[in-house]
Amino acid sequence: MRARKKAGIVSTGKALPVVRLTNYDLEYIVETSDEWITARSGIKERRIISGEETNSSLSEIAARIALERAGLKPEEIDILIVATVTPDQPLPSSACLVQARLNAHRAAAFDLAAGCTGFLYGLTVGQQFIETGAAKNILLIGVDTLSPVVDWTDRRTCVLFGDGAGAVVMQPVEEGRGILASKMYSDGSKAELLEIPAGGSKRPATLKTLQERGHYIKMNGPEIFKFAVKIMVESTLNVLEMCGKKTSDLTYIAPHQANVRIINAACKRLGLSEEQVLINIQRYGNMSSATIPVVLDEALEEGKIKQGDLLALVSFGAGLTWGAAVLNW
Amino acid sequence: MEVFEKVKSLISEQLDVDEEQLDMDTTFEDIDADSLDVVELVMALEEEFNLEISDEEVEKIKTVGDIVSYIENQIS
Repeated sequence: MRARKKAGIVSTGKALPVVRLTNYDLEYIVETSDEWITARSGIKERRIISGEETNSSLSEIAARIALERAGLKPEEIDILIVATVTPDQPLPSSACLVQARLNAHRAAAFDLAAGCTGFLYGLTVGQQFIETGAAKNILLIGVDTLSPVVDWTDRRTCVLFGDGAGAVVMQPVEEGRGILASKMYSDGSKAELLEIPAGGSKRPATLKTLQERGHYIKMNGPEIFKFAVKIMVESTLNVLEMCGKKTSDLTYIAPHQANVRIINAACKRLGLSEEQVLINIQRYGNMSSATIPVVLDEALEEGKIKQGDLLALVSFGAGLTWGAAVLNW
Repeated sequence: MEVFEKVKSLISEQLDVDEEQLDMDTTFEDIDADSLDVVELVMALEEEFNLEISDEEVEKIKTVGDIVSYIENQIS
């Protein structure tokens, strides 16, 4: 029997909206301050879409960069996954709109909704197609445009989120490289901790849902904080164990960027030093599914991540969902 | 008093305050602890004493003394 192929990330790209919203700008929108936001989240500014920018337009830009770096033409893509919870419109999927923009006509295109864990879910899904030999070239985009669904009158949540897109090309890689282990987790019993209650088929848009501000993100921050720290530690240790590695083997961890205090609390428990943690939340806030591909792209551009480095990726989000992976770069 | 000493040392470590500043009547406001500080402290207490402190209990906790008596009740 032939050995199963290994799947890896061979290139990355990102796209961020032009408009920058700083904490000082927010002081004009809600009762808040730069000091308050920085102390509680580590965020200094975020990007928000304007003009012609949309979920699919950011995706297209990030994808073109990743494709070019991989030396791949759009028509060579077998599967196009867009991990997002904020598609341009309810129907069709953002992935099909991105497919049309790229003219990736050979690809099977679909969206994957797993809250902020979307990118890691997409990575594990893509990995399966490559390992079984069912696909060779996968374009995975982690993108979210949360600014239209953030409640700009709720100072506890509106300061935390931002818009952005990150893309990766996944391909078969040689044995010992690429994704060494990955795992997806969910707990639907905690669905109400982070939700947009209206706008689906159960509670479609009516005057009442609009008046109740039901189309905006509602979040129980403290509960998610506790949950996040706990599962980031557990799931990272779990995927490391799956591939016979230890935390001391890690070069870097690329955690979901939701709150710097969650990241610090989890990484302290994992025994990781500050230098090992990839962080860019101060510039972008929580971009949901885009955080991990964007932080990876920046670390690669800065020359931080080198071939042979061992990386852990870990995320959590609405669902609740969470996921982790170990990659040998 | 053992619990009090442990709680004091945890608070001092977590919230970066001097142990000397802490007595049974110290409130979270006294030491400038925000809501996330409280969450982080609760997590540290849960790990140290191997117990779970529910949200409803956390709401009731106002002073260092409240923490100490809650923990003493749980572990006795």
